[in-house]
Amino acid sequence: MAKLFSYEEKGTWMEDLCGVTKLIFFLAWTITCMLTYDTRVLAIMLATSLILFKLSKTSWEQVGSVFKVILVFMIINILAIFIFAPGQGTKIYGTEHILYSLGGRWVVTQEQLFYELNVVLKYFTIVPAVFMFIITTNPSELAASLNKLGVSYNIGYAMAIALRYIPDVQDDFHKIKNAQEARGIEMSGKAKLMDRIKNVSAIIFPLIFTSMDRIDTVSNAMELRGYGKNKKRTWYMGRKLAKADYAVMIVTLVVMVIALVVTYHDGSRFYNPFI
Amino acid sequence: MEPIIEFKNYSFKYNSQVEPTLRDIDLSVYPGEKILIIGPSGSGKSTLANCINGLVPFSYAGESTGELYIGGKEPKDLGIFGLSKMVGTVLQDTDGQFIGLTVAEDIAFVLENDCMEEEKMHRRVDAIADMVDVKNLLHHAPGALSGGQKQRVSMAGVMIDDVDILLFDEPLANLDPATGKRAIALIDSIQKEQNKTILIIEHRLEDALYKDVDRIVVVGDGRIVADMTPDQLLSCDILMKEGIREPLYVTALKHAGCTISEKDRPAHVETMDFSAYKGQVQEWFASAQTPAKGKNSQVALAVEHLDFSYDAKHPILQDIDFSVNKGEMISIVGKNGAGKTTLSSLICGFLQPDKGRILLDGQDIAPLSIKERGEKIGIVMQNPNQMISKAMIYDEVALGLAVRGVSEDEIKERVYETLKICGLYPFRNWPISALSFGQKKRVTIASILVMNPQIMILDEPTAGQDYRHYTEIMEFLKRVNEEFGTTIIMITHDMHLMLEYTDRAIVIADGQMIADDTPANILTNGQIADRAYLKQTSLYEMAEKCGIPSPSAFVECFINYERTVR
Repeated sequence: MAKLFSYEEKGTWMEDLCGVTKLIFFLAWTITCMLTYDTRVLAIMLATSLILFKLSKTSWEQVGSVFKVILVFMIINILAIFIFAPGQGTKIYGTEHILYSLGGRWVVTQEQLFYELNVVLKYFTIVPAVFMFIITTNPSELAASLNKLGVSYNIGYAMAIALRYIPDVQDDFHKIKNAQEARGIEMSGKAKLMDRIKNVSAIIFPLIFTSMDRIDTVSNAMELRGYGKNKKRTWYMGRKLAKADYAVMIVTLVVMVIALVVTYHDGSRFYNPFI
Repeated sequence: MEPIIEFKNYSFKYNSQVEPTLRDIDLSVYPGEKILIIGPSGSGKSTLANCINGLVPFSYAGESTGELYIGGKEPKDLGIFGLSKMVGTVLQDTDGQFIGLTVAEDIAFVLENDCMEEEKMHRRVDAIADMVDVKNLLHHAPGALSGGQKQRVSMAGVMIDDVDILLFDEPLANLDPATGKRAIALIDSIQKEQNKTILIIEHRLEDALYKDVDRIVVVGDGRIVADMTPDQLLSCDILMKEGIREPLYVTALKHAGCTISEKDRPAHVETMDFSAYKGQVQEWFASAQTPAKGKNSQVALAVEHLDFSYDAKHPILQDIDFSVNKGEMISIVGKNGAGKTTLSSLICGFLQPDKGRILLDGQDIAPLSIKERGEKIGIVMQNPNQMISKAMIYDEVALGLAVRGVSEDEIKERVYETLKICGLYPFRNWPISALSFGQKKRVTIASILVMNPQIMILDEPTAGQDYRHYTEIMEFLKRVNEEFGTTIIMITHDMHLMLEYTDRAIVIADGQMIADDTPANILTNGQIADRAYLKQTSLYEMAEKCGIPSPSAFVECFINYERTVR
């Protein structure tokens, strides 16, 4: 059963890359995407992003519901841009091609639509990269690589162990929810919103208590097995950077540089089709 | 020879407590010994173990007096990490102690912390995994393993450090009887092959004695009350006094009026010499009467040809078909992961069956929601912490009624009444956090009982309870069953429970129902016991050795006797 939003072994070449490589790719990709508003660059990045996503064999069950949430935020985002700054497009591109007016300052222009299209493109470029990073990276291996880059192993391990417990906590959640529903606490849409909020506490408290139990046991177990004894530690899942890692890093950086050069060569980070 | 563990007039008091938990402990353990430490909950046996592995005083602070030496050194000089080089601990909660995302990482955890190079580490992990037979599981997530596999992985995780002392904290608590037997055998072979010192903390004496131990240390109320060989211990009455369950054949012999002698080697039923007791046992059996049971034939719950699977390739349950009569108390048994909990989830509506029907009072309950079913069928989960959502006992028990809009006066009346039945009335204004595990369990039972369900399903009602608490909970359930006529279904792998408290057991193995019979018949049928990972009761062997022709009648006779004396 595919667990929501957690690492799953699928045997793709992406999994064989080091966690650090993927982290660098992820950061470079996101930064580039944040900086550029060049539609051509974004379009190419989007296409690449979708191809890579396909190659990562990520299944819809793993990311679907998270994607829907992001989609809602995106829609709120672009509506808000239009409501609060309907003239942003005109300001950026310097021209004004009016499509029709909604009254007052809310005038729909080609420029505004084009600007917001760019915002949507950014979303669609970054989101698959985030998904891929999470789904194809073995948390222990990432912790190991981070530690090798000089990040304290406590941080890496905290992250890995949090991910290790996601499925357990999900299980607990379902068990508790079922038991409380059987006691008559309505969790579905049938209850009123205020009641539902109140009823959530019937799940949250037991969930916190069971999680505290877990923390107590696991911290004892870790201590009994020598965690925190030395300033350093080695990693079973540690992996040395291979040729493929260097190749990916180089390609990533080259692409980033090219993308930024293309974006900034005329002094503006916007591509202007209107002049 | 120098002892490897030595307590001299040792006492310990937790900072959070007023009274010392351990008093005047004198105990020496020699290298290569295998020692069983038993005692009821709260006797201090876990604290004793924690003194050895260093959790006391390094994680749980407190004051100690007297002397303690591990490997000739004092714990405070070694520190918890120094101790971890000598003492490997397998915790009770196998699920909770997994740290790594995969089996291999979990086994390697100690080595990682010791900064061992990767290649060497991989070789060591492979070797140790081979030894406990988990090599093909190295890349699995620990959570996805069966109970027995989990235990082997946690053993590998502590043994990889080449420690001298292995400490097992209730290794049998979460295992079905057959898997538990195998765990004890594995511990035994490790001790023999590697000459480790082994300490096992358990309260399931009969199961723990499946293989020989050198000595048994009985802890009671913070003191060591006995330190003797199994044969000596079983031929005196210390166990009874301390509230520890004796092996069933020993209890049966005592019921028959026999005085057990150490020289007949009572430690194992297989090797015990019954010749001196044969006559008395036969006489007792002949004089015992089996009362006729009045049966209520009205069906409360009927499960008809139920199928369930998460995906078509792996059926979880197939063609489960049985019925439960009104006022019955039955058990559903089988090995870990056989599908018992899935079955209860289907009955409560947490899951939907692929095929088949569930009838309550002759009505198909498929259209009813979880909440609607909950009004008639109450479910009590294994871990009370998964149910308790209020800070105060009264509020917790009242919750189910409050959300159903029952008037406050009526709530008060019903809650108080239920609390009285459950023996919780004096605590009604207490915070739940002040209760023990067993009391919390009773709170969760009360919170279901207050809604007056026709049927109550309890998942492992006695898991992790010692004999006294076990008896308390079960006697209480029996009273609920008798006084309210509540039909009770218990999911369990505790064979004592099914034998002593239920009239009928449904046995599930690998998703199929393989038996629906009296517990006495099931536990004397080797074939069924094997398939369901149960264990044939020692009474069977005893009956055979005493020349009793019908072992299952003998088991019945024993149960009836137990019920009358309790």
